[in-house]
Amino acid sequence: MTDMDRDRATGKNPPILHPYGSTAKRAPSHRPLAIPRTLTEMTGPLYGHASVDPGEADLTQGHAGEPQGERIILAGRVVDAAGGPVPDTLIELWQTNAAGRYLHAADRHPAPLDPNFTGAGRAVTDGQGQYRFTSIKPGAYPWRNHPNAWRPAHIHLSLFGPSLTTRLVTQMYFPGDPLLAFDPIFNAVPDLAARQRLVAGFDWNLTEPEWALGYRFDVVLGGRRATPMED
Amino acid sequence: MADEGLEPTPDQTVGPFFHYVLTPHAYPVRSLVGNDLTQAGVAGETIRIEGRVLDGDGSLVSDALVEIWQADAAGHYAHPEDRRGTASNAFRGFGRSDTDATGVFRFTTIRPGPVPGPGGGTQAPHIAVTIFARGLLRHLVTRFYFPDEPLNGADPILALVPAERRATLMLRAAGKAHYGIDICLQGDQETVFFDV
Ligand SMILES: [Fe+2]
Repeated sequence: MTDMDRDRATGKNPPILHPYGSTAKRAPSHRPLAIPRTLTEMTGPLYGHASVDPGEADLTQGHAGEPQGERIILAGRVVDAAGGPVPDTLIELWQTNAAGRYLHAADRHPAPLDPNFTGAGRAVTDGQGQYRFTSIKPGAYPWRNHPNAWRPAHIHLSLFGPSLTTRLVTQMYFPGDPLLAFDPIFNAVPDLAARQRLVAGFDWNLTEPEWALGYRFDVVLGGRRATPMED
Repeated sequence: MADEGLEPTPDQTVGPFFHYVLTPHAYPVRSLVGNDLTQAGVAGETIRIEGRVLDGDGSLVSDALVEIWQADAAGHYAHPEDRRGTASNAFRGFGRSDTDATGVFRFTTIRPGPVPGPGGGTQAPHIAVTIFARGLLRHLVTRFYFPDEPLNGADPILALVPAERRATLMLRAAGKAHYGIDICLQGDQETVFFDV
């Protein structure tokens, strides 16, 4: 009997020795129980264009001045597992400032706050599933997971899609970041190809001359799972 | 699980710093989704739910995010997939609460009605619950059911839950129209989570 067979037989996961330390006391020990998708799961909250002010997609605005940092345009398309657009769906986004500091009471990283940057954004996809944010490139920041631990620059994203089954909270990374290889959260996605889908692409066509670098990040909601909870 | 098609974008933990966009009550950011689902004119019995999130040591989890989704008092979802008509009085059915320093989340909502189940059956009144937290690589999905609800005995989802773990899904009466529950992420009292 292999470990995996034993896990299946007992319905329990093996002891958790994950390099992401916070999982140890928080990850459930039982496998999630498969249930049919009922009307409860096939429905879900819908927050469309009426929910969001178009200005909420520009994180560089709304303050007395311009934020410090490298201006970026982050855009992409949200599609379902069949490749069809997911229109009119809410995207919520949060990130550090250029110095790697969150506007959050619990962030103790001794890097400066930026009075002209909050780091919270919202947008709703258009009829083709497309979205677009303007922001600044976030910074790397230290954390206490292991000695000299640093998170690669990333942007947190929350999406709904058409039902509870498409709910997604994830993180988007930047291409070529040397910290990616050492990050236990990025590497918690075991499959290399799946992991690479969390890295935005630098995009000349999105890049605006004399203004901002463009990054493309497409999102696929639903379909097969590619997380560590996969059987 | 889909049979074919594109691979999904993987989940990543919500981390500890989501509050200023997802539950920004302490920050200068407009709140889009709150923890009070009632509004003037919504039909039904107003109820309060105050629950806790605990880790495998029984320690309170003070940086979790809990989302709820439910039908209205007549059992209708505010969603086009529910083809029986629109939910009453624009009841939206969705709420969000972070856990406070004592690990407590709070919702004010209405008691949902029974909703259709698979194969023409009926599901007992329930609230769908999604939990996010630092240390969870992907969100967890569970349900809250109501104690002393006669339909629980015939609920098709509860029937799939081993009898000895069913109690982890039951709200407990804590007063008039007031309920409590513990969401245990791990351990002897581990809440039943679903793969949907
Ligand atoms: Fe982060």
